[in-house]
Amino acid sequence: MSDVTAEVAVTVPQLKAEPTRWSLLLRRPTFLIGAAIVLFWIVCAVFGHRIASYSPLAQQLLSTNAAPSAAHWFGTDNIGRDVLARVIVGSREILIVTPLATLLGTVLGTVLGLAMGYFSGLLDLLVSRVLEAVLALPAVIIAFLFIVALGPSVPTLIIVIGLIFTPLIARTVRSSVLTERHLDYIASARLLGENPARIMYAEILPNVLPSILVEFTVRLGYAIFTVATLSFLGFGIQPPTPDWGADIAYANQNNALLSGYWWQVLFPALAIASLVIAINLITDSIEQVLAS
Amino acid sequence: MTLLSVSQLDVTYRVREQDRLALRDVSFSIGRGESYGLVGESGSGKSTVALALMRYLPRNGRVSAGSISIDNKNPLTLTAGALRTMRAKTVSMVYQEPLRALNPSLRVGKQVAEAFAVTGSAKGESVARAEEMLRKVQISDPARVMRRYPHELSGGMAQRVVIAMALAPSPALLILDEPTTALDATVEAEVLDLISGLRTEFGTSVLFISHNLAVIAKMCDRVGVLYAGELVEEGGAQAVFDNPRHPYTVGLLRCIPHRGQRKDHDRLDTIPGFLPSPGHGLTGCVFAPRCALAQDRCKEAEPPLIDIGGGRTSRCFFNEKAPELPRTTPTDVAVTTDVEDEPLVVMNNLSKTFKGGVRALADVALTVRKGETLGLVGESGSGKTTLARVLLGLTSPDPGTVVTLDGAPLAPDVRKRDRAVLRKLQIVFQNPDSALNRRHSVRSLIGRPLVRLGGLDGQALRDRLTSLVTSVRLEERHLAFRPAQLSGGLKQRVAIARAFGPGPSVVVCDEPTSALDVSVQAAILNLLADLQADQRTTYVFISHDLGLVRYLSDRIVVLYLGRVMEVGPASAVFDGPHHPYTEALLSAVPILGKQGLDGMHPERIKLTGEIPSAANPPTGCVFHTRCPRRLPTGVCETTEPPLLEGEEPGHQIRCHIPLIDLRKVPAPISGGSQ
Repeated sequence: MSDVTAEVAVTVPQLKAEPTRWSLLLRRPTFLIGAAIVLFWIVCAVFGHRIASYSPLAQQLLSTNAAPSAAHWFGTDNIGRDVLARVIVGSREILIVTPLATLLGTVLGTVLGLAMGYFSGLLDLLVSRVLEAVLALPAVIIAFLFIVALGPSVPTLIIVIGLIFTPLIARTVRSSVLTERHLDYIASARLLGENPARIMYAEILPNVLPSILVEFTVRLGYAIFTVATLSFLGFGIQPPTPDWGADIAYANQNNALLSGYWWQVLFPALAIASLVIAINLITDSIEQVLAS
Repeated sequence: MTLLSVSQLDVTYRVREQDRLALRDVSFSIGRGESYGLVGESGSGKSTVALALMRYLPRNGRVSAGSISIDNKNPLTLTAGALRTMRAKTVSMVYQEPLRALNPSLRVGKQVAEAFAVTGSAKGESVARAEEMLRKVQISDPARVMRRYPHELSGGMAQRVVIAMALAPSPALLILDEPTTALDATVEAEVLDLISGLRTEFGTSVLFISHNLAVIAKMCDRVGVLYAGELVEEGGAQAVFDNPRHPYTVGLLRCIPHRGQRKDHDRLDTIPGFLPSPGHGLTGCVFAPRCALAQDRCKEAEPPLIDIGGGRTSRCFFNEKAPELPRTTPTDVAVTTDVEDEPLVVMNNLSKTFKGGVRALADVALTVRKGETLGLVGESGSGKTTLARVLLGLTSPDPGTVVTLDGAPLAPDVRKRDRAVLRKLQIVFQNPDSALNRRHSVRSLIGRPLVRLGGLDGQALRDRLTSLVTSVRLEERHLAFRPAQLSGGLKQRVAIARAFGPGPSVVVCDEPTSALDVSVQAAILNLLADLQADQRTTYVFISHDLGLVRYLSDRIVVLYLGRVMEVGPASAVFDGPHHPYTEALLSAVPILGKQGLDGMHPERIKLTGEIPSAANPPTGCVFHTRCPRRLPTGVCETTEPPLLEGEEPGHQIRCHIPLIDLRKVPAPISGGSQ
């Protein structure tokens, strides 16, 4: 047909050289700063023992509570352990626990959220109430219960924090799914006789993935906080393993601040803060890129 | 006296660190009390003109050349205070979506009164004036409406409120940006009447922006046709539409189905190609790449606006030849229509009651015949889409409903239907952005139905994909694209290919072109007609555009509040005698002078009031509350009329009025519409 050729002949591709989301992300200074900090801590976690000039466990009883100096940049604690070495090596456990715990929570939350959003109705109603009941309890209290029952260990921490995050992520995913559910491509898939699993995972999931990614990074920040808190309270990473939260608690027990040994608290605290801030910077830039 | 003059206006948007020219050398003027129409397809720059006039351009846009003068003031150089005064008192704007123009958390009365307060009225006075203005925009009970929140208003009512607010300061210029596009035809007609009336009453100048040529023709004294940011033709509205002198205008007018055009002997003309994107950097005439009349000269030099006499200009070197623009599609297509008398889909006792007692469909009985196109028309809320969804199994009907396909009963729920049945029923949705999964490639969008319902794989799948893509006139390279990389028309082709993949016997087309531009719409309608001729597919075609329904349909069903008011062969429904509701629908559609639809009445049959709630339908004939021809005997209020045979076989009308009386064209109703 003549209009066929005419029409197709001018079908110029309207493809612009659009920057990918990834390259947009790499252009953001906030992302780069956040990523650099996280990368720094990852390097510390992996090579910490080699980077640090002292062993984090070595006690130098001749120089206890030493103030920061050329020999001990961050000073030492009350049994003469190098604070710098403990801060560097202390990144390891937290960087193992938090991503795995958040990942666990995200996967469980996504599965639950997709089902709640897609099936809605009674299932949604029941599961929502249960999740709300869980959310009504303070996260740390639930964590205590589990940790006391199971005994503190890295796997326990991962599972407990993962489970605590599940309801939050499930709710976010559910609301994203609800907006997708009304779109015609869902009806279109049902007209092909697709089963619910396929519709949830092949049709809806790719479209809600961006909001899951954002939720993942947000939760990652909280996870660091939660682990540090639990460690501080003695339910997280157990001494003598170097850990920021636990070290602050240890310093606190020895009245470090009252005695003027501020470096024993400040440096681990800064480490926690830097990691949380870095994750938040990354979250913000991802959100902005997705929104643009 | 000139109120607004725009001269050599250029507007540039900065997109990804590049300047893109969105308007180029646009000049026009509007006299006091004059109504000027700007018409063009999406992306032509219509709204940019309006935004530039109000100095409302987004942050990345700026007027890069030219000047604007409104009431002898230049909005581009005004101070912030003076600009605010201008926006408050001299120029008002009405947007397409009335409900987005109103603050959802404030009562209507407060918002309208505020429009008066900014012009300096005292508080009590502004409330009183608000009420008076609402009465002027023909809201029958303004005091009650003022106490409501915007979400409690229908679209037509909300647009009246917005217009009332716009008129509050008695502006010298009223800018209307697609003010009726989101409204039903009957409501649109009312709002257009209202605007005409108010223009006379207030002596306001109007800049009317629309993609709808017929609306512009009806509403405007003069018209400017925008294409790719340039004014390509300008002149008196009547003259431009009767005797267009730019190939683009000619093409655009030909894209609209006009009188007597039918799918079985004609195809709509189309404009090949695409609108160039802003910042295209074309030399010469912007329309040349799509113009069949283009010569070397057109590609080398940009034609100026040539004065062609009679106060008209055209930006075409060959404007005299424009009316003879060669067609891009053949006029004659010898298609044998293969409508068989054999019923394919039979629906009986079809009812659907939603929660809260909303009866979307009430005892509908319908037959769809093999190979035909059944047009479903009616206002929003008439049950068109529910009917389609019940047929597809996406919505379960009330118990007692019987729907059969090829004689076999259809399971009410799509999940209970086997593949053989699923293959036979497919749909093309209104909005391809919603219907196509944006994370899937075109290959998987079109391929999945073939795998799932056709059981194809490997080479057979690849071959079928190629032939499908070709049949909807896409190219194979499009298979790798995501929907976002395609234009609206191409996306809809993907949706059509997806629907046709499994080899359906019935395809529901739910407003398949209403999200598309006129020129794209024509190509899609042609495609649907070709596919039907080729594959003998049956269509259930839902549309609010009667012109399209007329072009494509063999039989037409008119729905009102979930009931069939009239059903019959397309010609019978259009030629009459009609149901009073059909009559009103037909006459509500604005039409271009020479190209009326069959059966259109020269005089508008005005429908008053709103479509009643389906949860609480009127007694008797459900249409009696709005019927202009209600019988004085009172029978309409008490007894629901049965579907009675019309003059032609298969034509049925649900009305108490005898056929002979229905045939008579009613006397025009004069005066206001309420």
